[in-house]
Amino acid sequence: MTTGQQGLHVEEVSRSFGQIEAVRDVSLSIPPGEIHCLLGPSGSGKSTLLRIISGLERQHHGAVSVGGELLSDSSCHHPTEIRPVGFVFQDYALFPHLNALKNVLFGMRARRTEASRQRARQLLVDVGLADHFSSMPHTLSGGEQQRVALARALARTPKVMLLDEPFSGLDVQLRSDVRETTLRVLRKSGIATLMVTHDPAEALSCADRVSVMHGGRIVQTDHPFEIYHEPLDDRTARTFGLVNLIDFEERDGAWMTRFGEWRGSPTEVDRDRSAVLVRPEELELVPSAGERPQFQVIRVILEGATVVYELSGEDQSTIYVRSLSTEPGSSADRVGVRFR
Amino acid sequence: MLRRHFPKKAGERVVWPLVCWTIATVLAVPVLAIFWSVTQDSDGIWEHLAATVLSDYVSNTLVLSAGVGFGTLLIGVTTAWLVTTCRFPLSRILRWALVLPLAIPTYLSAYALTDLFQFSGPVQSWLREVSGWERQDYWFPEVRSLPGAIVILTLGLYPYVYLAASAGFASQSAAVTEVSRTLGVGFWGRLFRVTLPLARPSIFAGLILVLMETLAEFGAVDYCAVDTFSTGIYRTWMSRGSHTAAAQLSVCLLCVAGLLYVTELLARRSARFHHATQRTRAADPTRLRFGHGCLAVLLCLAPILAGFVFPVGRFIMLSIESGDARASELLGDLISNSLLVGVLAVGATVTTGFLLSCLRRRTQSVATAIAVQIAGMGYAIPGGVIAIGVLGPVWFLEDGLLALIERYTDWTPGLFLSGTLVAVLVGYQVRFLAVPLNVIGAGFARISPAMDHAARTLGSSSVGVLRRVHLPLLGSSLVSAALLVFVDVLKELPATLILRPFDFDTLSVRVYHLASDERLAEASTSALAIVAVGLVPVVLLTRILEGHRSENSPVSSWNRTS
Repeated sequence: MTTGQQGLHVEEVSRSFGQIEAVRDVSLSIPPGEIHCLLGPSGSGKSTLLRIISGLERQHHGAVSVGGELLSDSSCHHPTEIRPVGFVFQDYALFPHLNALKNVLFGMRARRTEASRQRARQLLVDVGLADHFSSMPHTLSGGEQQRVALARALARTPKVMLLDEPFSGLDVQLRSDVRETTLRVLRKSGIATLMVTHDPAEALSCADRVSVMHGGRIVQTDHPFEIYHEPLDDRTARTFGLVNLIDFEERDGAWMTRFGEWRGSPTEVDRDRSAVLVRPEELELVPSAGERPQFQVIRVILEGATVVYELSGEDQSTIYVRSLSTEPGSSADRVGVRFR
Repeated sequence: MLRRHFPKKAGERVVWPLVCWTIATVLAVPVLAIFWSVTQDSDGIWEHLAATVLSDYVSNTLVLSAGVGFGTLLIGVTTAWLVTTCRFPLSRILRWALVLPLAIPTYLSAYALTDLFQFSGPVQSWLREVSGWERQDYWFPEVRSLPGAIVILTLGLYPYVYLAASAGFASQSAAVTEVSRTLGVGFWGRLFRVTLPLARPSIFAGLILVLMETLAEFGAVDYCAVDTFSTGIYRTWMSRGSHTAAAQLSVCLLCVAGLLYVTELLARRSARFHHATQRTRAADPTRLRFGHGCLAVLLCLAPILAGFVFPVGRFIMLSIESGDARASELLGDLISNSLLVGVLAVGATVTTGFLLSCLRRRTQSVATAIAVQIAGMGYAIPGGVIAIGVLGPVWFLEDGLLALIERYTDWTPGLFLSGTLVAVLVGYQVRFLAVPLNVIGAGFARISPAMDHAARTLGSSSVGVLRRVHLPLLGSSLVSAALLVFVDVLKELPATLILRPFDFDTLSVRVYHLASDERLAEASTSALAIVAVGLVPVVLLTRILEGHRSENSPVSSWNRTS
């Protein structure tokens, strides 16, 4: 594990609060420079995991190490203040009695030296706050506060950065700007970043890898493309958007569905329910003809670049089909469906 | 809509500031009467004072204030920090026990501690008995001295800082502590760079109260034979009989008080620490290890023992040994008289304080703010001076009204102002209005303006906002204001002495008469009664203190108190 020495390593960490197991047997490795998103419903243990990595909570089992250095296991526990771990809280938690620059200087070692001040100013410039050195937190907007919090956490040159829903307090317009700035700065610094989010689109668009958490467990860790197209179960699949569960029969090594043979990845097969998980964009509409099952168009949902058709079959099953909104829509009442 | 809107605007611009200024002017009359004295001639007494004792007054007052300020900060902040942020044996009990010294007026602890530690007192007698020393063989600190006065006042007044600091610490969110930890800041760094700076506005407010009490202190300082401004004013007026010179001396004191007010005002403005975080989860208290826990218990126990247990114990001993021979026949009347003035004064001051705070918040104008500041100035003025300031205008008004009444009717109402509780209540109003103003003002400051706006957009009128939003949220502030005023009135001595109706004795008046005749043993019964009555609001106060722990957002404090 020589290459695995760098970055963040979480091994089989568990933590319970009374009867509730908040985190169960979680293992996670994030190499330097990777942006890793942690996605899951509220109460799935995401924030607890971050608090364990930062040392604000202590795990009951398992180990946490950063850059090859063991931070915490059953026998040792480094306190939060000596860990090379940065943390940006959901509500930023800026110190209300210090201005932006002093907030950034707060955690630096030689904070009275001109070199430190210069570095703190540079960090604020990097996150685009060149005009706000002496602003007090309550005079800053949400996005500005978030970026001060980021600069403050970066000032200690941490090896790992933990972000707890860092963009959830920002409006949509601002969110993508701030996110881009934040992640650019983090990638540039070569920091292993673990970001908790509840926004699947955010996870898919900006993460190098994504982990999905349910009930305290990580159910899947993969690259965004794979986690979207090859989810391990339908719950994970649904986390990232619409999905069709289509029944199949195995015939001569081929998976036959009512839309024809399916040639997708075997990971998408839910054998227990003998169904495959099919994203709406893997299907397309065809003019109603022949013996194909016929569907009625219930609803047309415009998403912008794409459009989703909600179809109802004769057996009351619902099927979603996504196509480009520039393609001619189907005006027919009854349509057929096939794999693309 | 328009027709409803315009009169409202007029109310905000004209009527409300006018109400504020009317109240402020009425309350400022005694102060103005004192200032007016500067124009009068004191027959050379002022020049004489300036040449002889004035420098002593200044230096003693400064040393006393600095010492008491430092002492109360040290004790109040340390104990508040220990009981709010740490968990150790007895910490729950100590949290409310630390307020106990508030139940003892400083002049009573001066009497008791002097008696305990003087040459003929039990401590030194015991020391001589054990060691076999004589008077010249050992040195023992003199209680009736400036350092003694500093210690006595510190022990009596530190709960003001303690209460304010506890509120400040308890309202800090756990996130602030946690983020400091993730930034690599250890225990002491967090304490001095985050916890204390964030609590500073609260602590400072408590300190201002302490300094004002110190400036106005008469009984204990007088008993310790320290010449400060307030005893000097008293002496000038009593022994030299010069009302004018006494009033001129108090002008100096008023200027210092004014300075304190301006300092507080500026400090509050610059340090408006709106918590930048929305989710405020209270920090979990740190569990102390055994050794540290024992040290914490000792640190918290010491001021309680010295400030409450020892004085009260001494009074109990004295009252068992001898006591007030006339206790049984007088005590009922004394208690009911004290309660009567207490309740009336609470009603008057809290109502006025609430009204002024509301108007100040609503109008947000400089004029209103100044009027409110003027109305609260009396706190730093010695009670005796206020009494003189009140009596002049009251006599003037009474004479005029009596002349009118007698001219048009056959009825002779007698001294219906100066000879009744009216004069006493006016005096208390002037003296203690700062308490509800400070406490309710701080309560208002915790209610975000956004909440007013939300209520207004939901269709509440400004009176509706007051009734449905402010009043419920201010519940604990109103109760603390009422309790603090009640305790203060009960302990108040000089103004009561001068303004009370003839033969209207309260507990404090009775104790003063006996103690000044060195009949401390007899005074002990009434002293205990004062402490007992004073304990009730103190115990209630501690229940609010319990509530403070969850008082991170106004919403949760409301849940707890209702």
